[in-house]
Amino acid sequence: MTITKESVASALELSTDRVDSHLHPEGSFDVAAHEVPTGREEVWRFTPLKRLRGLADDVAFGTGTLKVDVDSADGVVVEQVGADSALRGSSGLVPLDRVSARAWAAAPDATVVRIPTEHVAAGATVLTISGTGIDTLAAGHTVIVAEKFSKATVVLRFEGSAVLADNIEIVVEDGADLTVVSMQDWADDAVHHSSQHALIGRDANLKHVAVTFGGDLVRHDTTAEYAGPGGSVEMLGMYFADAGQHIEHRLFVDHTAPKTKSNVIYKGALQGEGAHAVWIGNVLIRKVAEGIETYEENRNLVLTDGCRADSVPNLEIETGEIEGAGHASAVGRFDDEQLFYLRSRGIEESEARRLVVHGFFNDLIRKIGVDALEEKLTLTVEAELAKNVLKAL
Amino acid sequence: MATLEIKDLQVSVDTEDGPKEILKGVNLTIKDGETHAIMGPNGSGKSTLAYSIAGHPRYNITGGSVTLDGVDVLAMTVDERARAGLFLAMQYPVEVPGVSVSNFLRTAKTAIDGEAPKLRTWVKDVNEAMDRVKMDTSFASRNVNEGFSGGEKKRHEIVQLELLDPKVAVLDETDSGLDVDALKIVSEGVNRFKESGDKGVLLITHYTRILRYIKPDFVHVFVNGKVADQGGPELADELEANGYDKYVSAAV
Repeated sequence: MTITKESVASALELSTDRVDSHLHPEGSFDVAAHEVPTGREEVWRFTPLKRLRGLADDVAFGTGTLKVDVDSADGVVVEQVGADSALRGSSGLVPLDRVSARAWAAAPDATVVRIPTEHVAAGATVLTISGTGIDTLAAGHTVIVAEKFSKATVVLRFEGSAVLADNIEIVVEDGADLTVVSMQDWADDAVHHSSQHALIGRDANLKHVAVTFGGDLVRHDTTAEYAGPGGSVEMLGMYFADAGQHIEHRLFVDHTAPKTKSNVIYKGALQGEGAHAVWIGNVLIRKVAEGIETYEENRNLVLTDGCRADSVPNLEIETGEIEGAGHASAVGRFDDEQLFYLRSRGIEESEARRLVVHGFFNDLIRKIGVDALEEKLTLTVEAELAKNVLKAL
Repeated sequence: MATLEIKDLQVSVDTEDGPKEILKGVNLTIKDGETHAIMGPNGSGKSTLAYSIAGHPRYNITGGSVTLDGVDVLAMTVDERARAGLFLAMQYPVEVPGVSVSNFLRTAKTAIDGEAPKLRTWVKDVNEAMDRVKMDTSFASRNVNEGFSGGEKKRHEIVQLELLDPKVAVLDETDSGLDVDALKIVSEGVNRFKESGDKGVLLITHYTRILRYIKPDFVHVFVNGKVADQGGPELADELEANGYDKYVSAAV
């Protein structure tokens, strides 16, 4: 082997050159810079491109197909701004794929949710985004800004039928504490491609929650980076993939500052022929990110035959000076021993299954900790179970 | 009034090399008020007997019968057996994440009784049952067996035994892994259960230690999937002194 200056430099970890990996993505606002995906690309290999209904190629976006209803908490400002607003891009979001770049270019305006400095909002601010059909492609843009030392919960609730590509920016300024829930409660035919990027300030906390039950194809890229040390992000996800549904969550936490934390937990259940769940959990610990702590976990519970769950955690570490880094991933069926134990106490099989599935999600629902959602999530699990698992018995 | 009658029970499990016979014709009758100890070396099939009575799907019944008061137990599902009055205290109680002990106990009690327990007395009953085995009542809000120590899991089994109040209890090595204090607590629980009515107890154990606290009426020596010897409590003393060697070598 020939020793060149370059390889020595990289061996010594002195190199600042870019690394060619999907963990070091370089985005672009230019649609033409993103080729139309073929499905062979690493970041597209799990997604059934045809079912994106043209979002990833050249089909034009329409307008006015989505309705946004706002129920805002006291003191939280929600407004529509023009596409030229300086707030767009304030999170550092740069489109990482063609759909995101196209949505960026096509979004006619942006919805801004602003929590003023030091304001502590009581109750959640809920934006209900509803669609009425899948004939027209829709592009959306939302910016959520939690100003310094503010505290709030913002829920984005998607429902109805739509083919939607959106960019959602989340800015958590220094010392702020923000919970953002993205709830995909779509009708069966909806398609949703969402790129959600968070910038977490010094000593700021973000809890990002993704709940995906509905839709024909839902693909979310949720990414986070840090604007200063001491920031913390918790990404929680819950999904239930039914027959024929494709639900894909791609997470990327880029530890760009020291003493930052990330904790990612996604749990999902699958039932019915062709149900497909994909979870990609990427974490990059940059050289500067000393003393950080990260953990990511994905668990899938396969309830019937004919389902497929792909679960891929990736962790790239450029510094060893960290508190901790770990990940876990599992795809499992019902635990026969759990069912036997419950049934040996007289509990009927259907009830035992119900208990196990509720149990699977319960810890996560408690962690999500948004009171307004808790009952809704529990009931949704119940409704999903009634569809298939309990009927089959 | 309850009689558990096991006649010529034969059980096999599926292995990579095909079915393997574990129980080779077991005969045992447990009448109400009787405590039977089953003792035997590792691998003799003691636990298989317990799980076969409870209906674990891993075990295939290839012959014989099990009846409770004349009713065919083997034709029942796992939960039907429990509702008919059988209880299995497991050697390794299973963790059920996300399901709280109180929810679990209430669901089980409702299933066994066919109606929900009265809320006011039920909470009191649960607390008292936990108190009796020196389990902190905070365990009620924890997930079933999750993070419990070995001793805590066994005490939780005894709590269930007392609350669900079966006709016949099968205790599968409930003494294993317990220190002497926990062993006493668990044994006292089993004795309370025995005294609460005409209860049958099938106590499966590897060691004679627990028989100092729970007095058996009959002792059966289990070797190579069969009852090799039986007698009164004095048989346990003999096993304590001489071990299983004479039975094991006779069986080979």
